[in-house]
Amino acid sequence: MNLEKVIFGFFIVLAATLNFGFFIGELDNPIHHDVYELFAAIVVNLIATVLKFGDRTHIGAIHLSTSLVADLQLMAAALVWGYSVHVTGAGMTPDITAKVVSLSGGALFANVVSVVILIAETIMQKR
Amino acid sequence: MNPAAYESTFFLALRRMRAPLITLILIYAVSVAGLTLVPGVDADGQPTHLSLFHAFYFISYTATTIGFGEIPYAFSDSQRLWVIFCIYLSVIGWAYSIGALLALFQDQNFRNAVRLQRFSRAVHHLREPFYLVCGYGETGQLICRALDQLGLRAVVVEVDEGRVSQLDLHGLSADVPALAADARQPEVLKLAGLTHHCCRGVIALTNDDNANLAIAIAARLLAPGLPALCRAESAETANNMASFGTRHIINPFDKFGRYLALALHAPAAYHLLEWLTAVPGTVVEPHRDPPRGRWVLCGHGRFGKVMVSTLEQAAIPVTIIDHAPPVEDHERWVRGDGAGAPALLAAGIEEAVGIIACTNDDVNNLSIVVTARELNPTLFVVLRQNLQANQALFDAFESDFTVVPSQIIGRECLAILTTPLLVPFLGEIKQRGEAWASTLLDQLTERFGWEAPAVWSVHVDAAQAPALLDLLGSASPPPVPLGELMRDPHDRSQEIECRVLYLARADESTVMLPHRHTPIQESDRLLLVGRGAARRDLDLTLHNENTLAYVLWGREIPGGWVWERLAGRHARAPGSS
Repeated sequence: MNLEKVIFGFFIVLAATLNFGFFIGELDNPIHHDVYELFAAIVVNLIATVLKFGDRTHIGAIHLSTSLVADLQLMAAALVWGYSVHVTGAGMTPDITAKVVSLSGGALFANVVSVVILIAETIMQKR
Repeated sequence: MNPAAYESTFFLALRRMRAPLITLILIYAVSVAGLTLVPGVDADGQPTHLSLFHAFYFISYTATTIGFGEIPYAFSDSQRLWVIFCIYLSVIGWAYSIGALLALFQDQNFRNAVRLQRFSRAVHHLREPFYLVCGYGETGQLICRALDQLGLRAVVVEVDEGRVSQLDLHGLSADVPALAADARQPEVLKLAGLTHHCCRGVIALTNDDNANLAIAIAARLLAPGLPALCRAESAETANNMASFGTRHIINPFDKFGRYLALALHAPAAYHLLEWLTAVPGTVVEPHRDPPRGRWVLCGHGRFGKVMVSTLEQAAIPVTIIDHAPPVEDHERWVRGDGAGAPALLAAGIEEAVGIIACTNDDVNNLSIVVTARELNPTLFVVLRQNLQANQALFDAFESDFTVVPSQIIGRECLAILTTPLLVPFLGEIKQRGEAWASTLLDQLTERFGWEAPAVWSVHVDAAQAPALLDLLGSASPPPVPLGELMRDPHDRSQEIECRVLYLARADESTVMLPHRHTPIQESDRLLLVGRGAARRDLDLTLHNENTLAYVLWGREIPGGWVWERLAGRHARAPGSS
């Protein structure tokens, strides 16, 4: 067992699960989507991105790019949330909630790709 | 370190930044999350919590030590307690991250990697012809300076880092990408542009024969069409290079041996050759011709052997002074140190006509010739200079010949690279005989002086003479005599200061010193000698059709479509005037 691999897999899967946890629920119902979960998803996604730095293989490059996509989507979601709640003062209307959640849905897709690559990489291992 | 290892340095650097970056992310996450959880009070005294947005804002400016105060309401004491913790945490986080980043920038491997990256990018973006120079020693510097003066680009690979950093101090007008690396590695040569489509030649000038051999092989295999010029000081290396088809092998001692042989039997031809191949910006000083009679040679090394065989071929007797003479031959050998008068006297210096000091120690050589001149002031002195640094000493002693290997190699390289026609022309000089060479030398030096002339080639093709090619390719091309082309584009009654030495036609026929009425044809190649200004004038004539028309027929062609129409240019027959 390789500790580095454990940590790596842990953060990638955790990023996907947190993202999924935020995404699941009715699209426009703010009660189903907790902003702390979005916060946690962003933090874990950032850590997962940094963990993917410095891998010179082809798969490593794809890994990094999926993570960057997820980061971008989640930060966009956080920006929309912060803007509507604090700048315009509109609060989490169904309209805004739908926007935030669908953006995180895009990030979820990138995270799923990341997990798929992780699984594929594991299966490709001869041992 | 090879380039592949350099490349992985970048990935290693990124890996090394993982821990600091994750630490920072975690510190921010913990601080922000904690701040939203700690209870506070709003302006009305009601309990409230900071939103994630405000918490992130607050932590961002606190962690970066900007500090805007407590927003949106004054903090409760429990919030302040948490913020104290956050402040120290973030200071530690930043100190660690920035420390790691600075350590990375200081890392020698990382800096080398950055340098390599910058170098390979600079080479990659070169869009003009360049030469790859391996070895930036005395010869390399000479070549780079000359290439620079000729307006050609160079890329340098040199193993010694100190010399590479000197490059900035030499004040070359064009930027010369340089890399401190071992040119024996093919990867290094590739990075330096060996396979680049603009690379015009490889020049291997390192002081290590094996390295030059490795470069020659790499050039032969990786860029087969590219001319490679390689310095080789031992005969074995030269043979080895020749065996796989290296086109230009330059052995400075061998070369000088041939110069001396030429100077012995055809002094004028030798002077002509020296003048034509002089390094740009120098003045050639005509010296007296080497006399025939008994010569004395000190130091029977690589150079000494070549000198002895040269003198023997010219049937000139020679006495050799060396520390370790072979026992069987007592006639010609004197054991001893040439720097001392006894050995020189034993070698018969008082009756000798010339002395060759060719040990590999400059001070020794100087000491030999100074002593010898005192014993016999009329001696013809051939002096070997090993280091450029001793130039001042050699200038002060007026020898007849100073052999500077780096200069010999440099001149040879430049002649081959910039004027390919010069080599067949010089070969022809040796055939023509002494009287012919003497006449030509007098004519040329009378017109252009003893200063190093500009020697260049012109190929009548689309790149070098588009205007002339258009004219020659027209339906009924007018005859263009060489002499008419050599007129001043500013005042055609004057001739420009240059002369055509050699003409090579497309059908491989050649003309030595073509007459001024010789018509020029498509795909002709010309070898010209003259002043730099003449070269620019001729370039203008060959490139600009208006100038060409003025130079040939003294007619100003109106520029622009309207004026062309008005002047009825389309109706005129070319060459009718």
